Amino acid sequence: MNDTLKSQTARLNARRWFLRDCGIGVAGMAVQSLMASESNAAINLLGTGGLETNTDHPLSPKSPHFPAKAKRVIYIFQAGAPSQLELFDAKPELSKRDGQLPPASLLDGYRAAFINPNSKLLGPKFSFAKHGNCGMELSELLPHTAKIADDICVIRSMTTDAVNHAPAQILMNTGSQQFGRPSFGAWTLYGLGSESRSLPGYVVLTSLKGTSGGSSNYGSGFLPNGYGGVPFRTKGDPILYLSNPNGFDDQLQRDSLDLLKKLNQQTLETVGDPNTAARIQSYESAYQLQSSAPELMDLTQESQETLDAYGIKNTKEATFARNCLLARRLVERDVRFVQLFHEGWDQHGDLTNAIKRNCEATDQPVAALINDLKQSGLLEDTIVIWGGEFGRTPMVQGGNDGRDHHNRSFTMWLAGGGIKSGYVHGATDELGFNVIENKVHVHDLNATLLHLLGFDHEKLTYRFQGRDFRLTDVHGNVVQDILA
Amino acid sequence: MLTTANATFSRYQNVLFALALCVLLTVLAQPGFCRSQEAPGTPGPVPTTPELQNRASSIIAEHCLQCHGPDEAARQADLRLDIQDPEWLDRQIIVPGNNSLSLVIQRIVSEDPDQIMPPPEHSKPLTKEEVQMLRQWVDQGGQFARHWSFVAPQKEAVIDSKTNPIDLLVAKRLTEYGKQFSQPAAANVLCRRLYLDIVGLPPSPQQLDDFLAAFELSPVRARQELVNHLLSLPAYGEHWARPWLDVARYSDTNGFEKDLPREQWAWRDWVIHAINTDKPYDEFLVEQIAGDLIPNRTQDQLIAAGFFRNGMVNEEGAIVAEQFRIEGNFDRLDCLGKAAFGLSLQCAQCHSHKFDPLSHDEYFGLFAFFNDTHEAQSWIYSDQQQREIQELDRQIDLIQKEIKNQLPDWKQAEERFAQDLAKDNANWQAIDLDDYFWEGGLNHPEKMADHSILVLGHPTTHGYFQGEWQPTVGVTGIRLEALQHGDQPFSGPGRSHEGTFAISEIEVFQQNTPEAEWVQIPCENAVADFELPEQPLGDYYFSKPHDEPTKRRIGTANFVIDKDQKTAWMPDRGSILRHNDSCIEIQLNPQPAGEANPRFRIRIHMNHGGDGNGRDNLQLGRFRLCQTNRSATAKPLKIATADHGATLAAMVSSERRTDTENQKLFLAWIQNVESLQEFHSKIVQCQAKYPHAETSVLHLASTSGLQSRTTQLLDRGEWDQPKHTVIPGVPVIMQAMRKPDLNQPPLSRLDLANWLTRPDSPLTARVQVNRIWQSIFGQGLVPTAEDFGTRTAAPVQQSLLDWLSVELMENRWSQKRVLKLIFNSQVYAQDSSMTAEQFEADPENTWLSRGPRFRVDAEVVRDIALSVSGLLHEEVGGPSVFPPVPQSVLDQNFANIDYWNVAADQDRYRRSLYVFRKRTMPDPLLGSFDAPNSDFSCARRTRSITPLAALVSLNETIFVEAARALALRIVTQAGPTDPQRIDFAYRLCTSRSATPVQQQLIQRALAQQRERLAAGWVPIREIAFGDAQSLPELPVGVSPQDVATWVVVARVLLNLDETLTKN
Repeated sequence: MNDTLKSQTARLNARRWFLRDCGIGVAGMAVQSLMASESNAAINLLGTGGLETNTDHPLSPKSPHFPAKAKRVIYIFQAGAPSQLELFDAKPELSKRDGQLPPASLLDGYRAAFINPNSKLLGPKFSFAKHGNCGMELSELLPHTAKIADDICVIRSMTTDAVNHAPAQILMNTGSQQFGRPSFGAWTLYGLGSESRSLPGYVVLTSLKGTSGGSSNYGSGFLPNGYGGVPFRTKGDPILYLSNPNGFDDQLQRDSLDLLKKLNQQTLETVGDPNTAARIQSYESAYQLQSSAPELMDLTQESQETLDAYGIKNTKEATFARNCLLARRLVERDVRFVQLFHEGWDQHGDLTNAIKRNCEATDQPVAALINDLKQSGLLEDTIVIWGGEFGRTPMVQGGNDGRDHHNRSFTMWLAGGGIKSGYVHGATDELGFNVIENKVHVHDLNATLLHLLGFDHEKLTYRFQGRDFRLTDVHGNVVQDILA
Repeated sequence: MLTTANATFSRYQNVLFALALCVLLTVLAQPGFCRSQEAPGTPGPVPTTPELQNRASSIIAEHCLQCHGPDEAARQADLRLDIQDPEWLDRQIIVPGNNSLSLVIQRIVSEDPDQIMPPPEHSKPLTKEEVQMLRQWVDQGGQFARHWSFVAPQKEAVIDSKTNPIDLLVAKRLTEYGKQFSQPAAANVLCRRLYLDIVGLPPSPQQLDDFLAAFELSPVRARQELVNHLLSLPAYGEHWARPWLDVARYSDTNGFEKDLPREQWAWRDWVIHAINTDKPYDEFLVEQIAGDLIPNRTQDQLIAAGFFRNGMVNEEGAIVAEQFRIEGNFDRLDCLGKAAFGLSLQCAQCHSHKFDPLSHDEYFGLFAFFNDTHEAQSWIYSDQQQREIQELDRQIDLIQKEIKNQLPDWKQAEERFAQDLAKDNANWQAIDLDDYFWEGGLNHPEKMADHSILVLGHPTTHGYFQGEWQPTVGVTGIRLEALQHGDQPFSGPGRSHEGTFAISEIEVFQQNTPEAEWVQIPCENAVADFELPEQPLGDYYFSKPHDEPTKRRIGTANFVIDKDQKTAWMPDRGSILRHNDSCIEIQLNPQPAGEANPRFRIRIHMNHGGDGNGRDNLQLGRFRLCQTNRSATAKPLKIATADHGATLAAMVSSERRTDTENQKLFLAWIQNVESLQEFHSKIVQCQAKYPHAETSVLHLASTSGLQSRTTQLLDRGEWDQPKHTVIPGVPVIMQAMRKPDLNQPPLSRLDLANWLTRPDSPLTARVQVNRIWQSIFGQGLVPTAEDFGTRTAAPVQQSLLDWLSVELMENRWSQKRVLKLIFNSQVYAQDSSMTAEQFEADPENTWLSRGPRFRVDAEVVRDIALSVSGLLHEEVGGPSVFPPVPQSVLDQNFANIDYWNVAADQDRYRRSLYVFRKRTMPDPLLGSFDAPNSDFSCARRTRSITPLAALVSLNETIFVEAARALALRIVTQAGPTDPQRIDFAYRLCTSRSATPVQQQLIQRALAQQRERLAAGWVPIREIAFGDAQSLPELPVGVSPQDVATWVVVARVLLNLDETLTKN
């Protein structure tokens, strides 16, 4: 892809783009500045819009390797690792063996984070029932997800390599336990560009506190900065420093930016540096953001019926429910990649109450989001992903109401573009310990997601330090079974 | 197509099939990637032979080495194409002088879809130019040049002694390709460029005028003098420290989930100082790699060794410390690779390198240099404190000498005392616990060879350690030895942020039969080698809000058996002395067990931690349990009034004791001789005066004795998959070093450091010179500053790179000398404006036919705003300062931040170098302008232009404060008229006068804003001063409305492309 960034042949397009979009009147420009072009260093965060023919701009929309089923992604990252045994993976045998020690054969080479592996088994805390035409088994904690059972694909056979939160989150999001790699969202933007004219191509929304993996979960790694996720904030300005200084009204801001633009155009004419043109454009984009971001966040435009469907009681409160609705509004506005982080599932103790609270906060809005996307047709080419960084042990931790980290098996679900719906993939053993059917590693999941976006995961590469890196490192197989 | 078919036909076929596959795979892995690794621009004359060899190597590296490179495991058909192989001729892979007979060429140009490489389905054939290049290369002999960067640099002879060699070398290159230099930049542009490049701050209008005046007289001299002057300023070191801090991944926090703060600014200040004093770059490197190992090392050299501790530390609950120690070491090699080797060493972490000649074993040979180390932390004393300590030690030494004078047979008496200690110690037998854990599982205590228990990983602030054992004899007493260890803060023995600990309670239980209940054993008579008088726990933690109601206390040994968890034994001997082994002994009254062989259990409670994260612990870091079976009727416990450290020293035979051990023993002896009590109390008085250190530093320290490690090659780089033993050694491709030899003492980090900085090192100087060039020109002579490996083509200006590298080495590695050469060159002083043709021909300015122009680094962006507004507070060094950050950013951390005390005074306006850097919360201001967040070593920043950055420089708190301050500065310091003020402001921000058009534009804007302000459309005071209530005292004749009007303009000027850019 790098040559797309640098292609000589596309420079003419870039000139046209700068001329038109930088608001630079041709009349006002010296002839020499007609060369204004993209320098590979200049990455404007906002895409150039779907109508652009400019292929030189790093964020302009690009065609993937082959025709894609999906164009955009909503990644709902349930950080802290939700218990699959309480939510998705019914284990009657585990109930029966509650309080017994696990079979020694399962513990060979086993590594939990905190507990002695030889801890007693803990029966699931909630009951399961079949739902939808597909008869998918789901926990009583997920009554709303149960209603969209026919729209989702549950993978019960996920597995990962790490048992500590930060490395596991980084692995899930960037395909590596080592810091410094681009996130899946950044790869997506690198591969597909952005179609939104007024909003960043990759937006991050967080409820509760920050995640263990921190900003690296949505970073650009060794890709240029513009590909990373832009966090929309829960308090104050949705985008940092969106508000003008005290006393500045919109007119004053416009006047200031007009002056700035004119002065910078003087520079462009004398120096002829394309970066100056990019800078002029960046201030105009910033001004656009100053109206588009508040417009996005303004939920008064939504009907009471919609708010009720998501379970939003107070539109000013930064809840998971509000983030789900914002996710819909973002993809409606052509944002390529939306990622929600909800860091609150690390239930080493107080499992019964805490997971119930989590589900009350997350179950309804997620189902509402799927329904909404389905209704508007967006679900057809949007992938929705639900899951955390690993699973939880069948063994108890801390008294009789907690589970430790478990990397061998856990559950995620997918919905939307190109994904088989009403389908359960893979299975674990009767105690929920190991995957016994159709194991899906993080790399396999990522390979599959890239496939749905139109990429051969082995071909979407970026050269760094003399090596061609990819999201799936040297691993990954597309999981054909879950494709529609 | 194989016209040379013969008996070995099938063998060739295999080889060639493999070759085809290699090209196929390589192309697969890099769609559309035909990045100009070769020289950009129009094709010039036919390259000379050495250059052709380089180009051929590059093409082969790009397309073939993945399958025919150094990685023996991935190598296909036994064909290796990265080194000259005599078999090539035999196998007709390459037939020197005849490209059409050479199979490599035949396969590449073949039209047969089954033969051609790369295969058609990959639609990525070699370019015609590349094929032509390979043909020419084969025709000229098909000889491989050793990859350019593995050959030590040599100076090209430069004949003209009057011209700057940089200019000669670049001009020669330009002439070869029909290009020429641009015009010199205007004097004011040059002036601003020099200021920004040397001190990272723009010139003031006065400084600009001074230079312009001097330039009138003699441009050459004016420039020389300014360069010399700026290089002598402390700000030079502050500016030039930054690229090195990026490489070193310097941060003020530990990273990962908890991301707790660390104290490492002493190392950062060391870098500033080293650069300011022009510490030779070889010493600069040696001290950072192995400062701790330099004989008679100074405190500064120890601080330097903090370099390799700038990596992340995972404090997540329940980690296995060993895993992250190994990963930390991987990170160290990555950092070293970028800092000095210019090679992607980490590519060989899991298997041999695909492209560079670096085997998996060689990687672990390098790894071994860093593996046998402690992750140490040491106190750092100010110069004054160091003098105080020296003086106190001198006084103590005098007292000791006096004793030795008075008692000529002191040695015998001391030895008798030592024997007594040893004899008493022999009554204690180390307990080999067979089952143990830490409550809650956060810690993973590990048993060492001497049966002591080492506790690493995330510390706990409350809880207990439990251990069990099966004694073979009756137990009448238990002893807990608190022992030092190099991996604990300040060697411990505790894990608190001062290396101390407190034991709240010790409980011992017995179980007579496996079915029986555990019964607690009554304990009495606890004694310790050191006790504090009873006192409140004290203001000890970062976070201790709960302590008021609990009223916890510390003090005597008996506190561990008083059945009160609120009291604790805490042997804190005060500054310096607290880092000492210690012990406590408890008398037990176990139940008679009759015939039974009872099992014992001990619980050591440590409940005197604070409320915060692990850093608020008072946990014990390493300890050993001992038991005695001395008759309970005789008083079983006898602790000499001596530090346990003296007892341990007494266990070492007198001729093998270290100085420290001798000192401990001697002081303990004095303490125990009645006639010497006067001396003893004098010594105690001196010791009590030891100052408390100003700060501390994390650094590497070598292990010794029982604690040393052997290095294992880790299969696939997995921390728990050791394969075979590896000893320290360096890659054979580099300059030779003494071969690793099991019969000799192992090579040390100091050997590695000295080897790296030898004059025959091909890469060390080149990598650093290139980084210097990158800082100044925006792109290095080698654009990939972090990688000089086989996939990096020889740079266009290699002769310049090599010349400068040798120049650096030949002149005692003086970086200032290299900088002076660059800053005084014609190349540097060129005008940076460009025509469309120039840009099209050379967008990256690889040919150096114009001056550098790019947006300055994040830190300089902020510093320019502070400087032109007059807010900048120039103070060098010290702890990092907390910038104002929106609450929404602070809230998005995983671990609560309770220490973010935003700098309110002048510290708020310190240079950006001192802004507190938190890894998981990249500074929103600096991060927007591409400052890396230090998760890993960064040798080259990307440079982006985004609307998020635009919002920062328009609206961020510091920028807004700078706009207001700049406005005030303009209305008070410039003349009274608008044109004067506009000109003054322009000169401040851009170092040049406003043009008539700019004057006109701003005057029009001023008029427009005056109108709006007067009409009350916008609030004057809020714009001028931040809020409606504020009305600072203003100079005579200046109204709030004037200020408000100028705030609007000042904010615009701070955002000018020219303000943010080095022109």
